[in-house]
Amino acid sequence: MSASERERDIAALEQMAQRLRRDVVGMIAAAGSGHPGGSLSAAEIVTALYFDILENLDPNDPQKPERDRFVLSKGHCCPILYAALCRRGYFGEEHLSKLRQYGSILQGHPDMNKTPGVDISSGSLGNGLSVGLGMALSGRYRRLGYRVYVLLGDGELQEGMVWEAAMCAAHHRARNLIAIVDCNNLQINGTVDEIMRVEPLPDKFRAFGWKVLEAPGNEMEAVLAALDEAKALEGPVVLLAKTTKGKGVSFMENIAAWHGLAPDKAQTAQALAELRG
Amino acid sequence: MAVATRIAFGKELTELAKTKDFLVCNADTKACALENFGEHYPDRSFSIGIAEQNLMGVAAGLASCGNKVFASTFAVFTSMRACEQVRQFICYPNLNVTVVGTHVGLQVGGDGATHAAIEDVAIMRSMPNMTIVQPADERAARAMARFAADFTDPLYVRLHRNPSADIYGPGYRFEPGRAQTVLSSGSRAAIVSSGILLNKALEAARLLESQGIGVKVIDVSTLKPLDDEAIVQAARETGAIVTVEDHSIIGGLGSAVAEVLGERCPTKMKRVGIRDRFASSGDPERLYAEHSMTSADIAAAVKELIGRR
Repeated sequence: MSASERERDIAALEQMAQRLRRDVVGMIAAAGSGHPGGSLSAAEIVTALYFDILENLDPNDPQKPERDRFVLSKGHCCPILYAALCRRGYFGEEHLSKLRQYGSILQGHPDMNKTPGVDISSGSLGNGLSVGLGMALSGRYRRLGYRVYVLLGDGELQEGMVWEAAMCAAHHRARNLIAIVDCNNLQINGTVDEIMRVEPLPDKFRAFGWKVLEAPGNEMEAVLAALDEAKALEGPVVLLAKTTKGKGVSFMENIAAWHGLAPDKAQTAQALAELRG
Repeated sequence: MAVATRIAFGKELTELAKTKDFLVCNADTKACALENFGEHYPDRSFSIGIAEQNLMGVAAGLASCGNKVFASTFAVFTSMRACEQVRQFICYPNLNVTVVGTHVGLQVGGDGATHAAIEDVAIMRSMPNMTIVQPADERAARAMARFAADFTDPLYVRLHRNPSADIYGPGYRFEPGRAQTVLSSGSRAAIVSSGILLNKALEAARLLESQGIGVKVIDVSTLKPLDDEAIVQAARETGAIVTVEDHSIIGGLGSAVAEVLGERCPTKMKRVGIRDRFASSGDPERLYAEHSMTSADIAAAVKELIGRR
């Protein structure tokens, strides 16, 4: 029985997303650097994946061949992935405060050889869809029934290689490949629309041979429903998830400056209070 | 019958595929005969199209799931168009991808500068976790294909476009990481070469021998990790080293040898290779002459180095 067939406790998943958000703020505050904005916008998506959608995960056997894969193409948002892996049982919470420190298993960008549960090292934008496609093709070749989920940022879609991969995935009929775009419409120096418009995304992906779903990406129930639908479709499928950058922390929401800024002590206290409320 | 190393490598791999489980990714070039791999093994061959960055990304994804993967195209693209993908997604995670780069050096000929890789060794050599091999003839290329099929870390195989003369006999064995003395007519100097120009190095040595100058010729078939001990030993025995490569003298074999000797055994040296300029279209032999890379040029470099005219 898959997670989606069980009765879901939406409230518990929403609470988990908030808990991961608190972890993100605490980790970045302790590190003194990092990327809170895009980590917070993706909290519901990553929570839905790691606590419901992904199948055959086993924290005691992170390399299990038949597991669903997750590629964090927007690798700078690794705090949210690390928080999810920690709360899912891949490693102890004592590691969270060591983010970005010397000798830490939690590098500034994901390292598959240092962090249990990270399926591929990432951080250089625009590459994850290609890697996820490779994983998907391997699953077909090895007759393993897993799916591959790739999380991209909307600004990241400015990288040309994303569209090489999009073309290739449709050409090879990668039916087990699901891309999710965290559409928070912000990048480091402003809005995506100002810096380099990527819309109309549904038309672009359809033109490249993808099935397109859209959902409000900060609403747990909607994210789960959309991912359920994505699983039921023959891929490649992309879920365009409209989100708010910095979601959950009032003074970070929709502010480009919080793309890559650590909160100070007072800001951290306020953020944690808001995320508890 | 002389065969191009790229063709020998690809054909040997296709043979090996009968018994060894590996995957092949191609980017629509007639690079090394692996573009035909899909005719024999459709489920193990992936056509990525003219998209070299995606080629490396897909190869990395396949490798991350435990597969051995070969990704092949022209060396200008493997090392430059897809340079960052090779670094970030193959070398950094240390994945089992063999990057096959063909059409290197002046030997490319008519296609000219845009398609003649003269920087690829310099680029690949600077990446941690990368191993680099380059065969001098068909037999060596086939041996390296067998080696590559069993290798489990990032590997760059550097292959030439046009046929290369047969150098090795049936007794040849490729020893990874070991330089090999191919000829020894004396100890006045050592000519250190790799790849297609090994044959010219041998011609130069024979020319020198006819003039009473005995030298050693060493084949550095593994460019990285360099066989430091063999280089240092040759320097100690001869006191004069001439490197010969179909590559820029910046960052390639000549640089690698100079780095080792500079630290461990400072020795008189000359680097024969492409001297910080681009290639052009033309017959390879004409180009070698223009760039002072013929066997006569190599012999002259040796004589100049040892102070004899």
